[in-house]
Order: sequence, then structure tokens, then C-alpha cells
Amino acid sequence: MPDATAERVRPKFLTLTEIRLPLPGFVSILHRLSGAGLFLCLPFVLYLFDLSLESEASFRSFQALVSGTFVKLVLFGLIWAFLHHFCAGIRFLLLDVHKGVDLPRARRSAGAVLVVSLVLTLFAGIWLW
Amino acid sequence: MVNRIVVGAHYGLKDWLIQRLSAVVMAIYAVLFVVQVSALPSFDLAHWRALFAGGFMRVASLLFLLALVYHAWIGVRDIFMDYVKPAGIRLLLHTVTVLFLAGCLGWGAQILWRVQ
Repeated sequence: MPDATAERVRPKFLTLTEIRLPLPGFVSILHRLSGAGLFLCLPFVLYLFDLSLESEASFRSFQALVSGTFVKLVLFGLIWAFLHHFCAGIRFLLLDVHKGVDLPRARRSAGAVLVVSLVLTLFAGIWLW
Repeated sequence: MVNRIVVGAHYGLKDWLIQRLSAVVMAIYAVLFVVQVSALPSFDLAHWRALFAGGFMRVASLLFLLALVYHAWIGVRDIFMDYVKPAGIRLLLHTVTVLFLAGCLGWGAQILWRVQ
């Protein structure tokens, strides 16, 4: 007979490389990661904004800077981070008001967030370059 | 178990609510920004400046920046609360975050108000 007084040893499974998150969990951690990335890159975005507005010369260096391959890649990443954070954020706001809380719909909306933010990023990329 | 005597109510409710309200402000601004930029006849300095020189977009951008800074503070603070346990390091990170965000806000306001 199991000893009811003994503290139950709960299994711990925190091997990050082996954890398979369900889709909503994946969207959730990407929401956090994209938010952190946007936070860290805020000075870079402000720097670009400053360059783009200060003078004719700075506007030209802004244009030269954003046409560089590396900066383009960074901006592409930032645009994805923003769009993912945006779409996932709307999903969380809807969940807050109890819209789509049941599991099948929560899974579908999580998948939709991933797909829509990627498609919008692609459109943004085509529109900008 | 933490033996905490709970008095009063709404611990953290204010921040929870502000994070959501600021998100809505930023979402509205983001749509407005994309609409305004796509309505520009061409992307050159004169048109780009004119966009922010008008009082409306300048103030809207400042509100966006304010919402962003508060939103980011709550989000980043939550990340530190989840992963950084030693109180001293956490306090240091929180302080650096607040100073960083305050600096970004000041810089952004300066950029916006310098546009002629």
C-alpha cells in the first residue's frame, strides 16, 4: 500500500532539446523570444529612425545602410518578430476575453498565428525590397 | 510554501491591464503607420518628414513610444522574474532595464520633435 504521508516524487523533465512543446506552447515561447528580441534591438531601430529624419546626408546613409545584406537580414528578422508578437498578442487578447479557449480552437489559432505572421513577413519583405 | 498574508486585492492587476491596453494602443498605431506610409506618393526625405512634422503623427508616435516602453518594462520584468532568482542580480537587471527604456523614450521624443 502506498504511503500517503511520504512526499510524492514528481518526475522532472527539463531537457530543453527533448521537450516537444504543443503548438500553443510553441507560439507562447516565440511570443516571449520575439518580445525580448524587439526590446534588445530598440536602440538600433531608433538609430535608423533618427538617421532617416535628421538630414539629407543622413537620409542617404540610412538608405545605404538598409540596403546592406546583413542589415536587411536583421530587419527581416525584426519584422517577423514584430508581426509574430502582434498576431500572437491579438490571440492572447482574445483568449483573455474567453474567445477560442477550448483545445481544438486554441490549437488552430496557434497554427494560424504562425502561418499568418510568416506570410505577412514575406509580404513585408516583398513590399520593402 | 510561501507564507504570505494577503491583505488588499489586485496584486499585479494594474500591470496586467496596462500591458493589454498598451498592446491595443500599439496595434492601432501599427495599422495607422502602415496605412500612412503606403499612402506616401514616394519614399523620400521630404514626404517622410512631412509625415511626422504634422502634429497628429508626432503625438501618435509619442503615445506609441510611451505604450511600448511601459509594455516592454512589464514584459522584460516578467522574464527576469521567471528566470533570474538571486535578488541582487534581478534588482540590477530591473534597474538597467528601466534606465535603458527611459533613455529610449527620451531619444525617441527628441527625434520626433526635431523634425521640421
